[in-house]
Amino acid sequence: MASTATDADAAPGAQPGGGAPRRRLRAGTGRWVLRKLVGASLTLGFVLVFNFVLFRMMPGDPAKTFLRGRQANPERLAQLRDELGLDDPWPVQFGKYLRETLRGNLGDSWSQGNRPVVELIADRLWPTLLLSGTALVLAALVGIWLGARSGWRHGQAFDKGSTGVAIGLYSLPEWWLGLLLLLVFASPAGLNIFPGGGMTDPRGGVDPVLDTLWHLVLPCTTLTLVYIAQYALIMRSSVLDERYAEYLTTARAKGLRDDQVLTRHALPNALLPTLTLFFLSLGFVVSGAITVETVYSWPGLGLLSYEALSGPDIPLLQGLFLVFSVTVILMNLLADLLYPLLDPRVRLS
Amino acid sequence: MNAAPAVPPTARALARQRRRAALRHFWTAYRRDVEGMIGLVLMLGWVVLALTAPVLVDAESLRVTQASGPPLAAPSVDHPLGTDEDGRSLLALIIWGSRVSLLVGLAATVISMVIGTLVGVTAGHFRGRPGGLLDRVTDFFLVIPFLPLAIVLATVLRVRWPTVPQVIAVIVVIGITSWPGTARLVRAQAMAVEGRPYLERARALGGGHWHQIARHVLPNVLPVVFANTTLSVSLAILAETTLSFLGLGDPLRPSWGTVLDGAYSAGAISRGAWWWAIFPGVAVASTVLAFNLCGRATERILDPRLKGRA
Repeated sequence: MASTATDADAAPGAQPGGGAPRRRLRAGTGRWVLRKLVGASLTLGFVLVFNFVLFRMMPGDPAKTFLRGRQANPERLAQLRDELGLDDPWPVQFGKYLRETLRGNLGDSWSQGNRPVVELIADRLWPTLLLSGTALVLAALVGIWLGARSGWRHGQAFDKGSTGVAIGLYSLPEWWLGLLLLLVFASPAGLNIFPGGGMTDPRGGVDPVLDTLWHLVLPCTTLTLVYIAQYALIMRSSVLDERYAEYLTTARAKGLRDDQVLTRHALPNALLPTLTLFFLSLGFVVSGAITVETVYSWPGLGLLSYEALSGPDIPLLQGLFLVFSVTVILMNLLADLLYPLLDPRVRLS
Repeated sequence: MNAAPAVPPTARALARQRRRAALRHFWTAYRRDVEGMIGLVLMLGWVVLALTAPVLVDAESLRVTQASGPPLAAPSVDHPLGTDEDGRSLLALIIWGSRVSLLVGLAATVISMVIGTLVGVTAGHFRGRPGGLLDRVTDFFLVIPFLPLAIVLATVLRVRWPTVPQVIAVIVVIGITSWPGTARLVRAQAMAVEGRPYLERARALGGGHWHQIARHVLPNVLPVVFANTTLSVSLAILAETTLSFLGLGDPLRPSWGTVLDGAYSAGAISRGAWWWAIFPGVAVASTVLAFNLCGRATERILDPRLKGRA
């Protein structure tokens, strides 16, 4: 994760033959952007091949699977095989698969009333974005605050406590944390004040926005608690790195108060690794909540994946896998491209 | 005795001596690390429990038909951790579950270590095109989100080879999805070793690739791999628990994740059977924490840069 940051350690001023540093900088950036683009498209290609091969590995005759249960004479089967292109050589089949995928056709699901996979995914995307997005932002804010404070006050009770809690949270499966919260807040064994699952009350009668927020509280808290640990730990270690930097001594010598030194001078520099983490996590926003959504029956892509497992609904699984992977690849690319804007030191490496 | 003290020790004997001294040194430092010792004791406790499970608990009592206790009984003297829906003692389930959870964690780690080391050393030694290709493959596996990949692989394995025990499938899936981290680490270390003078000497003397890798690169890379093992085991155990919770575990060999899946599916939460959902999770968390504590202590001792920080 931090590889981009360590690559940047080469001193920017030390370029030999300083004839036209600006020009070189721009040419270097162009090549760098190109390299990142090529890398991302290669990975994308891998994903597509992988998805195709996996699908081919499934046993049985896909044409029969397609007809599931219905009686079919050999002629009809042969016709279907022809229509589905099952008798074509592999490269031709892969070409077809590529064309259909790029057109946004991921096939029809086997469960879920045979609806198109793309439609199902589009329906379930928003709940996931709402849940994971909220949790991600909350976790980043709280995590940065926690990490900065414990790094700055290194070794004190607050630091020891919050680092301990962070490591503890790191050791839990996130869905088990979800089960615990359910037990405490939505079970006859506990307080039983929050709803036990879903996104809205099926009985209605409440303002839909408030109702959704009310249902969001527990799953969102669970995810936030899980994500906080990473942010707090990374922020803590980068504040620790900056703690004895000379510019902070200068800032103190100017007579700034301790918290001013932290917020105005140490934080902006220490934030960089955390920002990288944030951008990288954006890619996992759509796939990160599979288990938590399952525990809370939150009708997003994660619950859809869980539903696809019983059966299993292969086309739906494949489609979801593709969407999850593509999001991560694109967001990683975005993080790679944005990073030099945030940290000028990266541009020259 | 025909001892010949005048003969100088061979290079290999010297190396062995040095290695033994380094281990002793490590252990002395480790013993002083409180966190690390807590982790070690906890970890050994679970390992002993897993190994002695057949002596401690009759396997028959895990069969649904043989269960003796009342269904969904809260913790009591007879059943210290309560019972599940079928009246099986949760204590028995957890003790037997530790075998599967630890086995999967260790076996998957071995697979991922072997693949990771092979790929890492090869990519670090053969720079240029082969190394570049391996780097790409590693990148691919690093980028793809773990859980979706594991779910798809586990499903395909199950449908394609239905006769393979599900436990094996889970081990393989976790093994082949979790090696890239190790590969990265090993590659960096291998590349550092590649630049050392003794490798140049080996090349100059005509040592082949195999000789260079087996004699020089591997011995220098393996400590990094071993130091990373405990952290990998904890990740593998978490992964196993999660896959089992999603229903991809082995129904014939229940692990902690399978027990939790059962609890959730049977509505233990809304029925207020807190013990059914809590105790297996505590087992998972304490095991993972134990491995994490050991791993962090090892890191602290081996990486002097971390001194006085964590």
